[in-house]
Amino acid sequence: MAVRTYYTREHEWVRIEDGVAVCGITDYAQTQLGDVVYVELPEVGVQVARDGEAAVVESTKAASDVYAPLTGTIVAVNDRLEESPDLVNESAEDAGWFFRMEVDDEGELDELMDEEGYQAFVEELD
Amino acid sequence: MRYLPITGADRSEMLRAIGAPSVDALFSDVPEDALLAEPVDLPRHAGEFEVERRLSRLAARNRAAGAGPFFCGAGSYRHHIPAAVDYLIQRGEFLTSYTPYQPEIAQGTLQYLFEFQTQVCLLTGMEVANASMYDGATAAAEAVMMANRVTRRSKAVVSGNLHPHYRDTAATLARFQGFTLEAGPPVPAGGEDLASRIDGETSCVVVQYPDLFGNVRDFSELAEAAHAKGALLVVVVTEIVALGALRPPGDMGADIVAAEGQSLGNAMGFGGPHLGLFAARTRHMRQMPGRLCGETVDADGRRGYVLTLATREQHIRRERATSNICTNSGLCSLAFTIHLSLLGETGLKRLAALNHAGAVSLADRLGRRVVTPAFFNEFAVRLEGDAAEAVERLAGDGILAGVPVSRLHPGAGLDDLLLVAVTETADADDIEALAEALQ
Amino acid sequence: MTGNSHDTVSGDLGLSIEEPLIFEQDSPGALGVDWPEAEAHADRLGGLARSGPIGLPSLAEPTVVRHYTRLSQKNYGIDTGLFPLGSCTMKHNPRLNERMARLPGFADIHPLQPESTVQGALALCREVQRWLTVLTGMPGVALTPGAGAHGELCGMMAIRAALDAGGAANADRRRVLVPDSAHGTNPATAAALGFEVVSIPEDARGRVDPERFEALAGEGGVAAVMLTNPNTCGVFENDIRRIADAVHAAGGYFYCDGANFNAIVGRVRPGDLGVDAMHINLHKTFSTPHGGGGPGSGPVVFSEALAPYAPVPRIVGEDGALRLEEANERAFGRMKAFHGQMGMFVRALAYMMSHGADGLRQVSGDAVLNANYLLRRLEDVYSAPFAHSGPAMHEALFDDRALRDTGVSTLDIAKAMIDEGLHPMTVYFPLVVHGAMLVEPTETETRASLDRFIAIMRGLAERAKDGAPLTEAPFHAPRRRLDETQAARKPVLRWQAEG
Ligand SMILES: Cc1ncc(COP(=O)(O)O)c(C=O)c1O
Repeated sequence: MAVRTYYTREHEWVRIEDGVAVCGITDYAQTQLGDVVYVELPEVGVQVARDGEAAVVESTKAASDVYAPLTGTIVAVNDRLEESPDLVNESAEDAGWFFRMEVDDEGELDELMDEEGYQAFVEELD
Repeated sequence: MRYLPITGADRSEMLRAIGAPSVDALFSDVPEDALLAEPVDLPRHAGEFEVERRLSRLAARNRAAGAGPFFCGAGSYRHHIPAAVDYLIQRGEFLTSYTPYQPEIAQGTLQYLFEFQTQVCLLTGMEVANASMYDGATAAAEAVMMANRVTRRSKAVVSGNLHPHYRDTAATLARFQGFTLEAGPPVPAGGEDLASRIDGETSCVVVQYPDLFGNVRDFSELAEAAHAKGALLVVVVTEIVALGALRPPGDMGADIVAAEGQSLGNAMGFGGPHLGLFAARTRHMRQMPGRLCGETVDADGRRGYVLTLATREQHIRRERATSNICTNSGLCSLAFTIHLSLLGETGLKRLAALNHAGAVSLADRLGRRVVTPAFFNEFAVRLEGDAAEAVERLAGDGILAGVPVSRLHPGAGLDDLLLVAVTETADADDIEALAEALQ
Repeated sequence: MTGNSHDTVSGDLGLSIEEPLIFEQDSPGALGVDWPEAEAHADRLGGLARSGPIGLPSLAEPTVVRHYTRLSQKNYGIDTGLFPLGSCTMKHNPRLNERMARLPGFADIHPLQPESTVQGALALCREVQRWLTVLTGMPGVALTPGAGAHGELCGMMAIRAALDAGGAANADRRRVLVPDSAHGTNPATAAALGFEVVSIPEDARGRVDPERFEALAGEGGVAAVMLTNPNTCGVFENDIRRIADAVHAAGGYFYCDGANFNAIVGRVRPGDLGVDAMHINLHKTFSTPHGGGGPGSGPVVFSEALAPYAPVPRIVGEDGALRLEEANERAFGRMKAFHGQMGMFVRALAYMMSHGADGLRQVSGDAVLNANYLLRRLEDVYSAPFAHSGPAMHEALFDDRALRDTGVSTLDIAKAMIDEGLHPMTVYFPLVVHGAMLVEPTETETRASLDRFIAIMRGLAERAKDGAPLTEAPFHAPRRRLDETQAARKPVLRWQAEG
């Protein structure tokens, strides 16, 4: 069975892989931003609260906060983004992930959108 | 009015085209009682000759430095400016252009900024420089704020030999931003112990090189002490020509250099506009204030330049910008870069050597009254009496002898100290005249 | 695309000459300045003499003059043509001002010479203060801020100081109300001083809704409002008195961003509208040149209530015995070294004297007339979101609704203007208007120049609809569109010697 991906209204995605939550920004978000030129990642070990600021993603003309989709502790960040921020444009929901976190309460996932729900949400925005 | 090309006939036709009865009618959104019916109580318009005559009279009431022997420094220096500098910066394409927001038609500005940033890096021994700040004092204040961001700390240890205007500029921001500035008392002969004042809360140590009294000092150990406690070293330079003769701060481990660049290409002009230089390490690049120009390519693959890393700046980051600066000192940086291009490697070194030679020859004449042990082109001299009175008296004799320390440190018990700066503009006769006068 | 069938051997095209970096023209042995070697003397550098090369190139004067001349030819300035950059007031820069600023009595004087030797300079500063106080109807002036944003800091620090002087009860006053249309320097300034920025949305008229404002001000903790008037949507905030009253009733102060003073100079005094502090960009309204990004000068005028907190130095005393006051108990502090942008004061005073009270009134009248003329002649082809709500002030604001479905964006129009020999207007500012185009012609354009602008803009709108390849423009500038993504992803911020 494929692993389910969940989405936030702030255009982050999150997926539980091997008991750890992998997070990034959605494909829709990267098209809205345009060429990503820099990603400021959190430090490993910091605690983040759900909807709290966790990272910053920058295009040439904008800087946007990226919020933690869940509450927990950062356990890894995607170092490849430092050299290749373009990964966010090329593969936003896979190779362009931002950080992994240990989640305090997986139950929080229930409050996020699933893929269908997010698609509908995005269509309303356009 | 010679600057206003719209004629009466134009005006009526244009009003007809837009369907307005009068120009006054276009101000209908202004509260009626706030609209002035008549011109305000100021003189009426005047022709070129009239304005020139009146302003020239005001100018004539000032004593220009070129009128006699001149030795003032303390943050603003009289150097010769080559004729080509002033001609080139007055080319309309430079003088009347804006901040280069449209890079396709601002490559002239952008390329010189790229060259300027490179020159500032070379002079200071640093890795990255911005496109300028208002002046050295505001650059120094920004340096402290940047160090606070980088270290996430909020206490700066400041040398007592930092120019008081620089200290006060930073202290003013400290008061309102809520960080601490620990400034010591002035130590005219140098040798302050700063390392022992650094602790785990210190964001940076701020020193001046050469300092207010002209002292030069190796800061390598101070840099190590700062780094050992997780603090940064900020080196302030108010006389940039000094770096043609002295080891650059970058070689000593400086993390940020904030400098006044007026000495190259720019007149003293009663203190402004001057030119703030700001240089740092690549690892802190994203915490820098101000504009940065970078190299790239255009759609045809040709090399070109743009303003870059703008997400640090107010027009994008707004309340989270690294600084609120927008307009900086563009044309002053152009004057600086042209002057430095004319000087080149050899010219700058010779210029710096001439400055030092002049200062040494004056110091030799003054002997033990010189307070500053090692210096570049400026030092403190101890007079028998009040230095401000001596300066006033000598001004009457046609000599501008320097800056009394009391002007910058009133009530500090340093009233007998005089700061004298000797640049290439003072010749042997001038130096002799001052030495005589101070005997 | 090469676009030119007459290829040249060099690749240069007539007066379009490629120019390498100054570092790539190094000619060791060449000298651009003839300084002699210093005579032998003992070195007193304390063992800190620089060793090794600095790395600066060596060039003779002809090479240097040619280098910068060629660079200048890759720039567009007001001297080149219409420069309708909204909010920036790119007006003609009279050369008389340059000549005056270069008089040795102004340029070749030191800021710390004895005051007795600079009475003319101090008198000039006083005179600039007089003109500014009469024009604004505000009694205090701080001359020292280095530009507009620095003036904002100055004004907001005075406000904080005044609040602090009002007692401990004011300590919680941290909220600064800022319209969303404000220039980025406004929120950046407030935040830099520890204020909390509270945004005010624009209403359908491009203005602050007074009721909404009163409600926000009533929520307590208000330190100030920062309002630009005329605002960045190009219109006058006609409820300005209600806004001033509301902020005052809430115990806060009214900071006005005076960047757009050009629209009202000589006709309206901000002091009559309840303003407590306002910066004036001498490099906008009073025509000191922008110089490719500065230097500017941003004096701040203050109301009676704030004037005591103005920074040092201040000019005090009588004519002939003027002095600089360097310490004052109530002054909030110091903005920068020395006494302000003297060179800019000379230019601004020359400008003000040239125009006089009557000419300055004509300045604002013509500036507003010209903007309205452009607005009315273009609003049928470019959508103007606030055109219905009354006359514009000195700027005409358009959005990109009319371009929808053409595949052409605001940016494309801007770049196509470059090919037409025009500098683009301000684009994508204010942020509250989608695809904003903010056009400020200023009063120093001829009718013919305005008509040419109108014809070009109408033509471009038509081409956009016809599907012309505007997205590729410009073709005829020193450079095509530049790759900003590459510049930001792999920053190259200085030249490096090879190897
Ligand atoms: C509305 C507005 N406010 C503030 C500023 C900042 O002024 P300065 O660039 O002189 O700092 C500008 C101009 O850039 C502006 O247009």
